[in-house]
Amino acid sequence: MLAIEAQNLRKSYGSIEAVRGIDISIDAGETVALLGPNGAGKSTTIDMILGLAEPDSGTVSVLGGSPSAAIDSGWIGAMLQTGALIRDLSVRELIAMVASLYPESLDVGETLELTGLSEIAGQRTQKLSGGQTQRVRFAVALVSNPKLLVLDEPTVAMDVEGRRSFWTTMRSEAARGRTILFATHYLEEADAYADRAVLMAHGQVVADGPPTEIKAMVGLRTIRATLPGVDLDALGRLPGVSAAERRGEAIVLACADSDAAIRALLAAYPDARDIEIAAAGLEEAFLQLTGDDAGAQLEEAVS
Amino acid sequence: MSAASYTRYELLRTLRNRRFFILSLGFPLVLYFLIAGSQRNVHNLGGTGISAPLYFMVGLLAFGTMSSMLSCGARIAAERAVGWNRQLRISPLPTRTYFRAKVQTAYLMALLSIIVLYAAGISLGVSMSVSDWLRMTLLILVCLIPFAALGIVIGHMLTPDSIGPAMGGSVALFAFLGGTWFPITHGFLYDFGQLLPSYWLVQASHIPLGGHPMSTKGWIVIVAWTVVATIVARRAYRRDTGRV
Repeated sequence: MLAIEAQNLRKSYGSIEAVRGIDISIDAGETVALLGPNGAGKSTTIDMILGLAEPDSGTVSVLGGSPSAAIDSGWIGAMLQTGALIRDLSVRELIAMVASLYPESLDVGETLELTGLSEIAGQRTQKLSGGQTQRVRFAVALVSNPKLLVLDEPTVAMDVEGRRSFWTTMRSEAARGRTILFATHYLEEADAYADRAVLMAHGQVVADGPPTEIKAMVGLRTIRATLPGVDLDALGRLPGVSAAERRGEAIVLACADSDAAIRALLAAYPDARDIEIAAAGLEEAFLQLTGDDAGAQLEEAVS
Repeated sequence: MSAASYTRYELLRTLRNRRFFILSLGFPLVLYFLIAGSQRNVHNLGGTGISAPLYFMVGLLAFGTMSSMLSCGARIAAERAVGWNRQLRISPLPTRTYFRAKVQTAYLMALLSIIVLYAAGISLGVSMSVSDWLRMTLLILVCLIPFAALGIVIGHMLTPDSIGPAMGGSVALFAFLGGTWFPITHGFLYDFGQLLPSYWLVQASHIPLGGHPMSTKGWIVIVAWTVVATIVARRAYRRDTGRV
């Protein structure tokens, strides 16, 4: 059975088209990363999957029915992107309160243990650090014992140790057969923890496949060098370069193959200096790869 | 899974919020002693035939309980601001249970406010038969129903920034036109006041005189406000699934 099937989903807020016709299908038991920079439409897509936003057009079904039917059955646990906790309850009380809403919730103590919250179970929710709050929010999602776990940028505000233990827990939850969909803008997280990555940009799905493929596609490097007065178009035509841009006296090249690009650059422009080669972040990769007319060019670059 | 359990945690949260608790009970109390204390020997306030301590006991109680009911909205707005409202939407919590928990919590606060004001009234010499106390309490609780719905309406329509002034302003207006601060016995304000549920709330102070404080008009006003506010509350809740 498909855990999630979305067809031609569209959603605008005023004049902003947040999601521009996407198709996603996720099998039961899969762990899928929804990958993309800020503003790609990930959260809006998740809102529609959860029934929190009504699509302008298109359909979405969750675990064989409507989102609201899946929610009423208590099958979905979710950690939304924005969110703090309500105050004046202890961590344990908050988790128990949420557990009481679900028909087949996990044991509260067990959930606290799993999410590493046992030691702070007695603390009031308003006294927690950012990382602790995130862990409590994860516990809120998990205690429902969901078939489908949806997490919107779950590791934001977690420190390194927090992230590590979070993903360890996630792995074991995936092994129990839960379907997991998580949004992230960290390529490494998608690469390390997902079976599949769905890459979104500007409200569209631009790639969908194993994370290693996606990684190759957007795992660009940039070459930066001081090189005044050079023709950008010529730079853009160098082998391995996908885009060129000027920043003052420096030029920045986004490269699909930085090895080929640096050889060609030095052969053609031996006076280039202050050369730096760096791995581009996902966001930079998108920006440099896509320019203004994002979706189309990226699709071109991909195919 | 139980609705009772959700409600229990709601109550617990409210009772733990000390500052809210003390202010919402203490403020009407202080006002009562300031206003009624100096007029404790006035036995026929503004020609109503009601003693000042009794009249203002009910008046301030109306003020306090209206605030209690509407402050339910402030708690909802605070929950929305941290995204908790959306978290609840993706749980199987039925709308009815959610509303019931909010209303019960508001009523608990109102009831505490009533008890405190009764005690203050008795200390200034208010006395009546047990059955009159009970009838008066019952009538007040009924007249508060529209305010329960209004609390939910403002909670789902306003942000925490704007809810303070909105609540303060509307309670002040309802209280003034309802005759909380002094009886309004004729003229345009009198006619207009009768269209507000707060007027009938304050009329509960007529009970010890032996009459029927609620005319047919009163019941119509209470029912109409309840129906309209409930419809708006449902709609506001249903629409309110977006990020705040």
